[in-house]
Amino acid sequence: MSSNKKYWKSVEELNENSSIVKTLQQNEFVDQIPTEEFLGDRNTLESSSTSRRDFLKYVGFTTAAASLAACEGPVIKSIPYVVAPDEIVPGVPNFYATSIADGFDFANVLIKTREGRPIKVERNHLAKHSGAVNARVHASVLSMYDKNRLEGPKVMGEDTSWIDFDKNVTNRIDELKDEKIILLTQSFASPTTSELIIKFQKKYPNIRHVIYDSVSSSEALDAFENKYGIRALPDYDFSNAEVIVSVGADFIGDWQGGGFEGSYAKRRIPKKGKMSRHYQFESNMSLSGANADVRVPILPSLQLEVLKALVSDSYIKLPKHVSVLVEKAKKQLKKAGKKGVIITGIPDFDAQKMVLDYNQDSVVMDVKSPRTTFMGRSSEVEKVMNDVISGDIKGLISVGVNPVYSLPDARFRDAYKNLPFSLAFSMKEDETAVLAQIIGATPHYLESWGDCQFKKGTFSLMQPTIRPLFNTQQFQECLVRWTQSGSSYYDFLKDFWSNNILESSNQWNQALHDGVIKSKAKVKTDADTSIGEVLISKKTINTKKTSGDLELTLYTKTGLGDGQQANNPWLQELPDPITRTTWDNYITISATDATRLGIENNNVANGALNGSYVNLFMGETIINKVPVLIQPGQAQGSIGLALGYGRTSSIQKEMQTGVNAFSLYKEFSPIQTVTIDRIEGEHEFACVQLHNTMMGRDIVRETTLEVFNTKDASKWNTVPVVSKDHEEISVNDPGADLWTSFDRTIGHHFNLSIDLNTCTGCGACVIACHAENNVPVVGKEEVRKSRDMHWLRIDRYYSSEESFKIDLDKKENISGLGKSLSEFGEMENPSENPQVAFMPVMCQHCNHAPCETVCPVAATSHGRQGQNQMTYNRCVGTRYCANNCPYKVRRFNWFLYAQNDEFDFNMNNDLGRMVLNPDVVVRSRGVMEKCSFCIQSTQAIILKAKREGRQVKKGEFNDSCACSAACDTGAMRFGDINDEESIISELIKDDRAYHLLAEVGTKPNVVYQTKIRNTNEV
Amino acid sequence: MKKVNYQNLSLLLLVFLLAFSTNTLAQEEGDVKAGEALYKSNCAACHKLDKKGVGPALRNVAEKYDREWLYKWITNSQGLIKSGDSKAVALFAEYNNSVMTSFPGLSNNDIDNILAYTSLPKPEPKIAVAPVSASNNDDGNLQNLILAILVLILLLLVTMFYLVAKSLTKLSQANGVEIKSATKKPLWKVIVHNQFLMLVSAIMFLLVAAYFMYAFFMQIGIDQGYAPVQPIHYSHKIHAGANEIDCNYCHSSARKSKHSGIPSLNVCMNCHKNISEYNGEEDLANGYTKEFYDKEIAKLYDAVGWDDAEQSYTGEEKPVKWVRIHNLPDFVYFNHSQHVVVAGVECQTCHGPVEEMEIMYQYSPLTMGWCIDCHRETNVDLKNNDYYEKIHEELSKKYNVEKLTAAELGGLECGKCHY
Repeated sequence: MSSNKKYWKSVEELNENSSIVKTLQQNEFVDQIPTEEFLGDRNTLESSSTSRRDFLKYVGFTTAAASLAACEGPVIKSIPYVVAPDEIVPGVPNFYATSIADGFDFANVLIKTREGRPIKVERNHLAKHSGAVNARVHASVLSMYDKNRLEGPKVMGEDTSWIDFDKNVTNRIDELKDEKIILLTQSFASPTTSELIIKFQKKYPNIRHVIYDSVSSSEALDAFENKYGIRALPDYDFSNAEVIVSVGADFIGDWQGGGFEGSYAKRRIPKKGKMSRHYQFESNMSLSGANADVRVPILPSLQLEVLKALVSDSYIKLPKHVSVLVEKAKKQLKKAGKKGVIITGIPDFDAQKMVLDYNQDSVVMDVKSPRTTFMGRSSEVEKVMNDVISGDIKGLISVGVNPVYSLPDARFRDAYKNLPFSLAFSMKEDETAVLAQIIGATPHYLESWGDCQFKKGTFSLMQPTIRPLFNTQQFQECLVRWTQSGSSYYDFLKDFWSNNILESSNQWNQALHDGVIKSKAKVKTDADTSIGEVLISKKTINTKKTSGDLELTLYTKTGLGDGQQANNPWLQELPDPITRTTWDNYITISATDATRLGIENNNVANGALNGSYVNLFMGETIINKVPVLIQPGQAQGSIGLALGYGRTSSIQKEMQTGVNAFSLYKEFSPIQTVTIDRIEGEHEFACVQLHNTMMGRDIVRETTLEVFNTKDASKWNTVPVVSKDHEEISVNDPGADLWTSFDRTIGHHFNLSIDLNTCTGCGACVIACHAENNVPVVGKEEVRKSRDMHWLRIDRYYSSEESFKIDLDKKENISGLGKSLSEFGEMENPSENPQVAFMPVMCQHCNHAPCETVCPVAATSHGRQGQNQMTYNRCVGTRYCANNCPYKVRRFNWFLYAQNDEFDFNMNNDLGRMVLNPDVVVRSRGVMEKCSFCIQSTQAIILKAKREGRQVKKGEFNDSCACSAACDTGAMRFGDINDEESIISELIKDDRAYHLLAEVGTKPNVVYQTKIRNTNEV
Repeated sequence: MKKVNYQNLSLLLLVFLLAFSTNTLAQEEGDVKAGEALYKSNCAACHKLDKKGVGPALRNVAEKYDREWLYKWITNSQGLIKSGDSKAVALFAEYNNSVMTSFPGLSNNDIDNILAYTSLPKPEPKIAVAPVSASNNDDGNLQNLILAILVLILLLLVTMFYLVAKSLTKLSQANGVEIKSATKKPLWKVIVHNQFLMLVSAIMFLLVAAYFMYAFFMQIGIDQGYAPVQPIHYSHKIHAGANEIDCNYCHSSARKSKHSGIPSLNVCMNCHKNISEYNGEEDLANGYTKEFYDKEIAKLYDAVGWDDAEQSYTGEEKPVKWVRIHNLPDFVYFNHSQHVVVAGVECQTCHGPVEEMEIMYQYSPLTMGWCIDCHRETNVDLKNNDYYEKIHEELSKKYNVEKLTAAELGGLECGKCHY
């Protein structure tokens, strides 16, 4: 059927007499193409010596010449030292013990340097209480090589010298002699810094020192100070605990500085039939909740009631099912006696006091040598904030804190801008520094001197591991100059230590080598120098609710913490252990509330996760467009949101992720009441795990303590059977094998054991692996396409019923098509309050590896020592191996991730590349890569032994893999199984040991230890 | 590398010797040879003949000072200074109060001998002689001669055949035999029409072409023989060859690290603080004269910031940008200490006759095939290393093996070198 429609090409056609339309009827173009101009000039055309053919010849020749010339190798220059330092041998790493104390993370660490540049953070085994060497600490080395760092001091936005900086600062302080100036600092936990600050205040009495912790532990500090007279936090040794009851305290996360998982894990492996029992009452699903034996989702407002019920006998307001569980917990606590402990994260003085009182006889809590890290007093900080806003304070010196970003009152920003005097000591031009009149560029902790006292009686040193990369000076260095306390901070530090901490000055070198020293020296710290009267900040947790209100719990994520290292791509791409989502913060909400509010999460065509946006209202504070993620286990009526995101100043565009939740951190309380409104639009999450449940399979094997104690291993840790000649034989039977096995009993045979009981999912291993193996960062878009490059992932599974056990039973009882269709469908969805299991998965180094047999170019092959080896230069990128891998641990380089502007992360700038490990190649585009069992480390150990003409020492291979070396809980154990005295040779024979997907017959060299849940009731 | 022109060298040596002998004849008191030996073992560390070192230049020192005074000074300089001798005190002050070692062991005769050596006149600098190239190609000439004779014989044969053919044709024409020359196809047409021959030759051509193509592509990225010009002309021939300095003295990290290490300049200065000029053999044919080498030493002083006249460091350092000769690709892990210390491989095994290299070059192809070949052939010394001893013990128990190559111990596994 022909159409009667007339199509108009342009408005011009409406004009009947348009010349343009007429011309266009004849010609293709309105204006003649000026061919005449260049072809018409016969003379030039003919006189030209270059014909079209010649031109083509030239093109051909140059192309050929260029490609031939490309065959020439480039000239590589090698520049040796003029005067080589004695201790540096190119190619041999040096290690230095130092400490990190950035105001949020406090830990003793060991730094590996190569040719004078730090490349990796490791745990310092000489430090018994090393603090929390978590994922952020492991990643901190990359933060030093941040190209957005300040390169020198600035005055009024202009680069200046330190001499002018000094002049400006002292002049300004002198001008404001009679006005209030506040020195707002992070918690340093440093005796020398306290001393210097006291001297500074003596010189300028108008300056008042206020300590500000961006994430406050103020109430716990107040309670402790009230009870024990010293501003500190109790330390806990959970290896002594039989029963742990946590009410809203994520102690495996960042609660009170974290670092408790080491002692916690010790009691989580059944010994003599006993292990600790862990109750967790909380609203957000936290790492602690995920690891607990009993997790009770409960609104923040009811947590205080739970606590009251635990320590006294009031059960008001508590729902029935909670009271039952509280009662059970209470019974167990009673039975455990001194070995029971209650901890709480409720931001309330009374709650904290109650817990201290309860625990005072407990063997778990240590108050004699408490933690002296966090010192902040939120009432004081609040006052500073209000005084700056009111104009009462004329000058603000901030050190290591970012108040413009992290203070909750939005008016502070403008008030700060208008301050007569503002000086910011900062590593970067962050939100505060960018507004400050004077900026003191500070070095990274790896470029600094310093000392710390993390725990009373244990002192540690901080030493530079590299010369300052930029023209930076420590705050302490400036204080030494301003107070004329010596020639340099180093001298001051050394003198101070000789006079106060060391028994003799000969000890200095030893202390510096070890990084830590125990001393009974009485040293004045911020803990003792706090103001006389104890200001107790009483805050009432707002529980008044109208319908529709939600209780918000603010928390910090494993990746970014308080947001200091927001420009660190390793941390941005580290999947959150619980949500498995990267590059974002978001509201977590329960499925029930989500349905009620019309909030959806759905997977789009390529599997990536999308979610709804909401606007969040809290009084006058509004945060627009916050993505929402449905979180199994989130208490109904509550939501969670992570702090530390939404930073923009001096943050690379790719890393300006999430929303700033500090604006909701009113009165420095993580618990708030808010309302949310769904708005249009869908947020694109970068979630690395698309399937949340195991659907009744025994990928993570688990059993209960009761079964473990009473029944034979074959009952709860069965070896799969296969059928041969219609008879069932064990999968380990040689008859079940397609392949012949090599004899590996001679030489080394490496195995890795992963204990699912003690793996808390903290993610330190993921970052350690990143640093050791030059694993690239791919960015949010690529992660969404499931192209993340992590060699080691920590799978997190939820149960679809109340527990994994019920899942398993449900699956067993499915029969018939109809039932299987409906019930398997149901099993894909996690329960409202699921059990959680973590499982680190890396290349399993199968002895009968499916990947090796399908590689057309033999780029992946098996080593005699059990390692499945991947030869990058041989790989042609068919990806057959990845397809044939049952564990999905192979990672493909879809793009060139180094020196590529499309992936502008640390491998794309000279500074960021300094963190690369020179012993491991940076992979190129189009090749497959995967975990190598850190073959560079095992080879180095073997070589060392050979060079010294000896056998490898017993246990020398233990924990030489980056992941197992980083594991605080000892969940990952690496070693040589042919070494009879190694831990690993015991572990592979353990009753709990099993292979992942053993039924496939791949014979992996990674062995898992069955998870045991303590379900014992009193 | 160019071959050393030995003829020229020996000629020069002769000239040198002649000059030397005339000099010795000119001397009257003292044995110059004995003096030279004493001078080199006792004095050369601090004194040079024509240049200020830690102490003053010593040429013709016998003329400057009274001989008796010199005896006293050399046997006990501090004593002389303490005695208040004005000359001695002045000299001591001039050289920054640096104490001269006393040599009470030297007899007056020994000192005479040394002074005789220092009184030799300064040798005239040699002028580079243009290389005489015609005389040294005997081998080549012989080959050329044989070739020429062969060509001549061939030509003779061709003419002979031609003449014979011509006369035969004439003869047959005379006899009335007709020759069908017009119908005869030219040779190339015959070949073209012979399909089998064409096919075979095409295949042959392709095979040969493929062979050469393969050879061409296989040598891409292989820099065997790469001998770049370095910022300072450093002669391994002089250091490792003539002076027999152990490789590990400068490349010390080869024993500890994966890198052999390019020595830092302070290592050079351990010796060159005292060696500011070249006194060895000269290779005039290539322009490697004393003057040339002295200039290179001056470059070192410039880089390290050493003021030779003042005998002090200026603190102005200019790191030398050497051109790296042996470049393994990034995806290969190679460890020097494994080969040098554990395996005991001589440096020369891979790096060639370094002690003969005036200019350092890449001796080995450094290809994977080359590595593998060696790993396949080399037996591991199982006896003198506890590490191997244990493995060997177990292996011999189980499989009854006596000898093991590196390959058999896992030296061919991909992951051992590629990670």
